[in-house]
Amino acid sequence: MVKEYHTISQIAGPLVFVEKTEPVGYGELVLIALPDGSTKRGQVLDSSDEVVVVQVFEGTGGIDKASGVKFLGETVKMPVSKDMLGRILSGSGDPLDKGPPIIPEKRLEIIGAAINPWARDNPREFIQTGISSIDGMNTLVRGQKLPIFSGSGLPHNDIALQIARQSKVVGKKEEFAVVFAAMGITSEEAQYFMQDFERTGALKRAVVFLNLADDPAIERLLTPKLALTTAEYLAFDLNMHVLVILTDITNYCEALRQIGAAREEVPARRGYPGYMYTDLASMYERAGRIKGKTGSITQFPILSMPGDDITHPIPDLTGYITEGQIVASRDLHRKGVFPPIAVERSLSRLMGQGIGPGHTREDHRAVSDQLYAAYAEGRDLRGLVAIVGKEALSERDRKFLDFADSFEDRFVRQGKDEDRTIAQTLDLGWELLSALPVDSLTKIDRKFIEKYHPTMKKK
Amino acid sequence: MAEKKKGQITRVAGPVVTAQGVSPRMYDVVFVGDLKLMGEVIKLVGDKTVIQVYEDTSGIRPGEEVVDTGAPLQVELGPGLLSSVYDGVQRPLPVLRDKQGDFVSRGVTAPGLDRQKKWKFTPTVKKGADLQGGAIIGEVPEGNIVHKVLLPADAKGKVTSISEGEFAVEDSIGELDSGHEMRLMQRWPVRHSRPYVDKLLPDIPLVTGQRVLDMLFPLAKGGTAAIPGGFGTGKTVTSQQLSKWSDAQIVVYVGCGERGNEMTEVLTSFPELEDPKTGKPLMGRTVLVANTSNMPVAAREASVYTGITVAEYYRDMGYDVSLMADSTSRWAEAMREISSRLEEMPGEEGYPAYLASRLSEFYERCGRVKTLSGETGSISVIGAVSPSGGDFSEPVTQNTLRIVKVFWALDSKLRERRHFPAINWLTSYSLYSPILEDWYVKNVAEDWNKLRLWAMETLQKESELQEIVQLVGSDALPEEQRLTLEVARMIREFFLQQSAYHPVDTYSPLKRQYDYMSAIRKFSELAKKAIALEVPLDRIASLKCRADLGKLKFEETIDQDIKTVSASMDKQFAELGV
Ligand SMILES: Nc1ncnc2c1ncn2[C@@H]1O[C@H](COP(=O)(O)OP(=O)(O)OP(=O)(O)O)[C@@H](O)[C@H]1O
Ligand SMILES: [Mg+2]
Repeated sequence: MVKEYHTISQIAGPLVFVEKTEPVGYGELVLIALPDGSTKRGQVLDSSDEVVVVQVFEGTGGIDKASGVKFLGETVKMPVSKDMLGRILSGSGDPLDKGPPIIPEKRLEIIGAAINPWARDNPREFIQTGISSIDGMNTLVRGQKLPIFSGSGLPHNDIALQIARQSKVVGKKEEFAVVFAAMGITSEEAQYFMQDFERTGALKRAVVFLNLADDPAIERLLTPKLALTTAEYLAFDLNMHVLVILTDITNYCEALRQIGAAREEVPARRGYPGYMYTDLASMYERAGRIKGKTGSITQFPILSMPGDDITHPIPDLTGYITEGQIVASRDLHRKGVFPPIAVERSLSRLMGQGIGPGHTREDHRAVSDQLYAAYAEGRDLRGLVAIVGKEALSERDRKFLDFADSFEDRFVRQGKDEDRTIAQTLDLGWELLSALPVDSLTKIDRKFIEKYHPTMKKK
Repeated sequence: MAEKKKGQITRVAGPVVTAQGVSPRMYDVVFVGDLKLMGEVIKLVGDKTVIQVYEDTSGIRPGEEVVDTGAPLQVELGPGLLSSVYDGVQRPLPVLRDKQGDFVSRGVTAPGLDRQKKWKFTPTVKKGADLQGGAIIGEVPEGNIVHKVLLPADAKGKVTSISEGEFAVEDSIGELDSGHEMRLMQRWPVRHSRPYVDKLLPDIPLVTGQRVLDMLFPLAKGGTAAIPGGFGTGKTVTSQQLSKWSDAQIVVYVGCGERGNEMTEVLTSFPELEDPKTGKPLMGRTVLVANTSNMPVAAREASVYTGITVAEYYRDMGYDVSLMADSTSRWAEAMREISSRLEEMPGEEGYPAYLASRLSEFYERCGRVKTLSGETGSISVIGAVSPSGGDFSEPVTQNTLRIVKVFWALDSKLRERRHFPAINWLTSYSLYSPILEDWYVKNVAEDWNKLRLWAMETLQKESELQEIVQLVGSDALPEEQRLTLEVARMIREFFLQQSAYHPVDTYSPLKRQYDYMSAIRKFSELAKKAIALEVPLDRIASLKCRADLGKLKFEETIDQDIKTVSASMDKQFAELGV
């Protein structure tokens, strides 16, 4: 029998302070019974002889000092089961659809323990997304965490959906699943995702967690943990390849800041708590592969950069944890290029492990390095042309200038349903590079030029 | 007052636990709660003991027991460290996996050194020898090296017995007349530096095989370097390149609060790579400390000390050790996180006021020294720094730059154009260059230092000219200045850019670096003559030898190719009338 306390001494923002309790465990799950008969859930943030601090997920609205508080003697757990596939759940994991109750096969700790680095397997399986600017230039591999850094009004949802639809490991047919966690996005955006999942049949293979804009902010701290716990179960217990989409991380971080402020903690930058790096890491690091297991977790967090500022703590700390980033570009979007991916600012750190012979093609690294270099040079020249005019450029420079344009127009730009193979992507790269003087292709070994260059190749 | 070894928890707030009724010393290791989580005393106030816990504290309650071990956090030192992979408090990760499975769970202890494994010990001292602390008493083959067995620093006396044979680390291998029993293993508290006799001048370079580092901004053996850079600029790749290719005999790699997959990459690639000096597997000279970002922050705080103590131990045997700490910013953040739970008065950006002193104490532990046993050993430290927002004015970068002598500034602009390593050649510096000059003259080439200066000057001139070009375009410059731009471009693209992923380009010996840069300088000199003869620059720039010079770095035959291209340069310029 769990004891109920009526000793709330203080309620401040999302926090409730409870006195004169028996010893309560750190991180324990808490139930609060409100005067109106409803209950709210919370978690212990600080436990001492004198006072216990509880963070309330559903917000403290309606709680009064007479409300009853129960400590459940265990940390927050997530009931999981294979039947979760195809289901839509709230941000706290309760079914929102009219489906039958989910009978759990296991109840798992939602604070996932860290994967022992020794147990990790190297992610090296190339995922073909069919998007040239990703496959060619910022290659994704299974088990990677690769966020999309976007801004308000940019089509990051379309990019994420295209990736979710087209991603495949070439030549393999395996069990996959999508775990989708919405944190504070609008119901319209959520609908957009759901409709696409439904249209493509992905919904049957998806578990959806929805914390929408008008749901309690503190619940957002729970949602990704529930989603990732589910993902780990699907991947490492049921051997599925799981793609996790988390959106929008910015809302998650705002909730974190709110808790920090309520606890009167010393903030680090811009009011965000000093432990935000660790907190985000404990979420993003729940991706990868494990030796001896077939399943995998690949993460696609989406975040909107406040004021398009990549140095803002949210994208900054994320970039320090994830294995690269796909950056959406407002410039390209204005020019009407879809997907508007700023190739020069994007990066996939695991690219090296997933490309080359046996993965994609032997010339992949060289082609992508050369495309980068040439595009960077062309972009620099744009700046110059604005000042001195195109006429002042040398013949060579003009070619680079034109290259930058055709790179954006033909390589980066593609249809929302255009699914290019990696060979198509690389061949397209060669085609564009062949407009440049051969001796300026300094990043490419002679042997590849002789084999792949459209006009130089030996028959 | 009787020491009280046991007490009760009164408060749990994340990684910080407060207890009462126990009276440990500062920095003692304690076991916390029913799960016996490992922790360390970090503050004593009144009858309260404040503990940072190396493991997740979920579920721990006030009232549970705290037990003092009476000893500070120590590491075990002895044969078996090489090739090991530890967490921040020296628990071997493979052992943890065997015990707990794929995820790191709690309350498991595991000794740093294998207790069963036998090592072949050959004494180097005889019965009757009079020994001081730190003396070498014998040898054990370990990994790629000979492990010198050291007498603990506080032991001394005459050898009354010592035996050859196969021993486990805890077995007795002999005795001193002082009663000290000799073993292969000893312990050392991580927060104290191990003693040595003297610091020596760091006048030998740590050769890294990375052109921009060796040629322009060299690090000395026993020196300190910082690599600050925003995310994705190349801190980890550079650190890993150094741990693969630098000519240290021992490498300690501390993955401090970074990614799990990066440790996996090291673990999968190192065993397949060869130590460039000995040809033996790279893992055989490496110790890994992997406390990733999602592992407990208190253990992350400790990981740097665990790493440097292991480094000191091998230094004391007379080896050149290099230690990479990726990233020292995560270590600083761990300090900040703990400090903020202690409700200490914060300094800049919430970091504790003692940030600067902790950093300098750490870097002070490196250097080239005469050891207690009379050997010469060194520790070079390369610390990655991850400045928030990529802004070098933040406290960790600034406090680090006040201490270290080499600054390798990573630059997001360079990374965006895939100029790797993205080390900015205008803002980086090495204060060791002057001390190392003699060594290059003796060991590589008479005019190494001149060549270096020439390259630096050319790059400097380029940046000045670039400012003009930004305004008027390069066509407006006189041919000679356009040539400077062209040569600087060759230095940047051919020489400075070096791909860590290309099998040939990834490592470049000093002699090759010298030949390569010399060839570029030769091109520059011939081109200058051609321009004096009014040959247009565009013709010079389109000479085949120029393009060849750019490509040869990817060829297996590079050393021969440099010679061939150099010779063809004379011919091609002769055709222009030079
Ligand atoms: N010398 C190099 N050669 C080739 N590629 C490089 C080199 N250095 C860096 N890179 C590229 O840059 C990417 C990012 O480098 P790295 O992971 O070392 O960054 P980092 O500074 O450690 O970032 P973080 O702070 O986020 O850990 C690498 O994945 C690789 O693609
Ligand atoms: Mg890194």
